Amino acid sequence: VTPPGTTPPATTPLATTPRDIACIELVEMLTDYLEGVLPAEEMVAVEAHLQECPPCQVYLAQMRATIAALGSVPVDTLCTEAQDTLLDAFRDHFR
Amino acid sequence: VQVEDPMLLERLRAGDQVAFAAVVRQWSPAMLRVARAYVRTQSSAEEVVQEAWLGVLRSLDGFEGRAQLRTWVFRILVKAARRRGRREERVNAELDGPTVDPSRFRDSDDQYPGGWRADAAPTDWGPEPVLLAAEFRAVLHRALAELPERQRAVVELRDVHGFDSDEVCELLDLTPADQRVLLHRGRATLRGVLEGVIA
Repeated sequence: VTPPGTTPPATTPLATTPRDIACIELVEMLTDYLEGVLPAEEMVAVEAHLQECPPCQVYLAQMRATIAALGSVPVDTLCTEAQDTLLDAFRDHFR
Repeated sequence: VQVEDPMLLERLRAGDQVAFAAVVRQWSPAMLRVARAYVRTQSSAEEVVQEAWLGVLRSLDGFEGRAQLRTWVFRILVKAARRRGRREERVNAELDGPTVDPSRFRDSDDQYPGGWRADAAPTDWGPEPVLLAAEFRAVLHRALAELPERQRAVVELRDVHGFDSDEVCELLDLTPADQRVLLHRGRATLRGVLEGVIA
């Protein structure tokens, strides 16, 4: 399916045309795509869709941005008292 | 209905292994059947029965003998099976359904079925550094806390702590496919949350 508002490329470099993926299907394939676990022909199909579909490009960019932002999210850790207890235990251990 | 050996409880409390082995052999088939009514697979029913027997062992000394021993054992079993069943339901719910509201896509009778609707397509968030603002970090932090447990664990281990997929599968006892589905659902939900505050 050619997404609305875009023109399909005049020629395709592939021997066989990649299968059509609808946007609704593509959004569920993006993690497998990013993880690099899609079978080769699905990979080609996703890339072909993305090339022609600006909204899906935006969606993918948003997934990537979300992942990148997660890298700087504050994390919960042991409370200071617990950490102090552990440090004390460590010191005692080698005393 | 089997008549219960009146000495059974005493023998178990005294650590009589023969008595324990016999009662496990005798009651486990029915326990499996009960467990199976709550959980999805035979192997998880077997785990539940095992867990129930371990629970019985732990509280054997506290058993007051008001009910029949067998009734008490099955009560422990049902509690364990319910707990497991609820967990499985949650996990299933974590793995089902689309991650993007289907109403944002065109209907099947449209010229472009399943394509984004013009008025519901995602719009550019602008330059990425904007997302790193403290405000969005706080939003993500809260949104992570609201993810279903396993999605949260997978997303945090992968994307916050930087573990690779093999490590996460190992740590959370997941198949690679389930790990990816949980990661996908978690990330997609978080993307949606950000979209809600940015757009």
